Amino acid sequence: MLKMKSVIAAVGLSVLAATSWAADITGAGATFPYPMYAKWAEAYKAATGTGLNYQSIGSSGGLKQIRAKTVTFGASDAPVSGADLEKDGMVQFPAIIGGTVPVVNLEGFKPGELRISGPVLADIYMGTVTKWNDAKLAALNPGKKLPDQAITVVHRADGSGTTFNFTDYLSAVSKDWADKVGKGAAVKWPADSSVGGKGNEGVAANVNRVKGAVGYVEYAYVKKNNMNFLQLQNASGKYVSPDDLTFAAAAAGADWFSVPGMGVSMVNAKGNDSWPISTASFILMYKKPADKAASDEVLKFFDWAFKNGKKMASDLDYVPLPDALTQQIRTKVWSEIK
Amino acid sequence: MGSIEQASHAPDHNMLSVVKRQRIQDFFFHKITLSFSLLVLFALLGIIISLLINAWPALAKFGFQFIWRVEWDIVNDEFGAAIAIFGTLVSALIALVIAVPLSFGIALFLTETCPTYLRRPLGTAIELLAAVPSIIYGMFGLFIFAPLFAEYGQPALQSTLGKMPIIGGLFGGAMNGVGILAAGIVLAFMIVPFIAAVMRDVFEIVPPILRESAYGLGCTTWEVVRSIVLPYTQKGVIGGVMLGLGRALGETMAVTFVIGNSQRLSASLFSPGTTIASTLANEFGEAADFHLSTLFALGFLLFVITFIVLSLAKIMLIRAEKAKGTKT
Repeated sequence: MLKMKSVIAAVGLSVLAATSWAADITGAGATFPYPMYAKWAEAYKAATGTGLNYQSIGSSGGLKQIRAKTVTFGASDAPVSGADLEKDGMVQFPAIIGGTVPVVNLEGFKPGELRISGPVLADIYMGTVTKWNDAKLAALNPGKKLPDQAITVVHRADGSGTTFNFTDYLSAVSKDWADKVGKGAAVKWPADSSVGGKGNEGVAANVNRVKGAVGYVEYAYVKKNNMNFLQLQNASGKYVSPDDLTFAAAAAGADWFSVPGMGVSMVNAKGNDSWPISTASFILMYKKPADKAASDEVLKFFDWAFKNGKKMASDLDYVPLPDALTQQIRTKVWSEIK
Repeated sequence: MGSIEQASHAPDHNMLSVVKRQRIQDFFFHKITLSFSLLVLFALLGIIISLLINAWPALAKFGFQFIWRVEWDIVNDEFGAAIAIFGTLVSALIALVIAVPLSFGIALFLTETCPTYLRRPLGTAIELLAAVPSIIYGMFGLFIFAPLFAEYGQPALQSTLGKMPIIGGLFGGAMNGVGILAAGIVLAFMIVPFIAAVMRDVFEIVPPILRESAYGLGCTTWEVVRSIVLPYTQKGVIGGVMLGLGRALGETMAVTFVIGNSQRLSASLFSPGTTIASTLANEFGEAADFHLSTLFALGFLLFVITFIVLSLAKIMLIRAEKAKGTKT
């Protein structure tokens, strides 16, 4: 009987070991790119037989996991500073590009009909502009009849890369915001009317329920829920609508290797067509991985995704990295992983 | 006759071994159940200690000030628990103010005046409500209750109670449906089934002879309830209320959906706020270093608050029993 049991156990173990060898790249981190990575992983598994086990536990969770070396790669929406990368012996590269979009709940206006500039958006989130018919908003929207309605500011209640992206932008366009509030995955929201929603869906739900609300969500949510977004004035003074073209324009304008670890902030990017709140989501890996084979599998996965995953990215309303950039990532970043 | 006497004097071998076996059984049974109970104690101690260890950096930096500091600034590492404690206590209090009279009425109706054919279905409905997961209440609160509350409830409150002196300020401000009052009301929905179910059960254990005697003396239903049922079931009623309060204090998902999650103190109950549990749920995933430690400190405070509330309930019970003279 005992013998039988040990045989079963041995067989079980060897099956477990076999599956863990054959498959499953492990990664953890940002929630924002999760749908993209999941889609890529599905296609990659079908093509090569190697699966990806990605836990979307949030950017700082991803950092914790990669520092604890429980996963082969970490993912973060906010880039890690060059100094920290150096200290941890890690490399960082962008994997996918997306955008954050201001959305409103105002009756009588079509999506994208109203315009706003960065500084006025900062004033609204600061709580100094509190009504939709404020003179500052009226000046940006000549000929539009704005309602005499109180503005309710909606933000993310949970810490999030989307919030980092949004507050990074507000800090870039408003000195007042940079001094008093700053940027982060969660900040101290100053406006009296501010309401927090959990996750993109929480913000979207609150904006859809509360009349006169303004919020910010990832682009995919705007499209999926057909939300009323605002046209935003970019660094060149042009008003742009969020879509894959304006996100890509912002990415094209960025000088990726000007900052160690490619941690370029794409907010308020130059260029006539650039969407000003675009962001990249980053991947973190060790230069000298403990498990070389697993690390190679991760690189193979992203190499495959950069080559074959563009259509899938566009389908999910993300923006794939341009070919020139992925080539540079291969030669300049991946070559550092020994 | 003689043989029986002989048997009782001279201990039978067989009987001795039975007694011995039973003593050993009893001994092990005692030890095993003791170890089970100790397990609970160790788990409790373990939770307290691990909370304290993780919370220590925050507690060491802010000291007792942490409790009444009105500040929650993650970017600049400035933290205080006052806003979350305020939100936790006020939302739970609102829930109790609404839920206790309601549950009392439900329980009374079910045990005293309800027609027999309605008793089973109504009772089962209440028990079913208690089994609904809290996230359902949260979704109901955000998607159905909050818009209706903003459209009808809040304007009605503002134009009536909001006009009164002193308490008028509680009902001022923007009416967007979510906030501390909305959270309190959704919490009330949640805890009514708990309190009502407990109250009904304890009302039912009142001996019929007491009740019937009172009716026989010509008491009205209300008099029977006030002078017979309530004094007899006091302990159970307070227990039920405390069960509800405990649930309201610690409720996480339902509150997170409707309270607005805003780290700000405000005089108005319409304005968004936050509770300890909802702050933990929102921020734990992305917290690091010092911020994480403050969240553990918040968790520790929730523990302390719950402990204080339960102790107060116990003290109240003991006092009440002393006054009645059943305990000395």
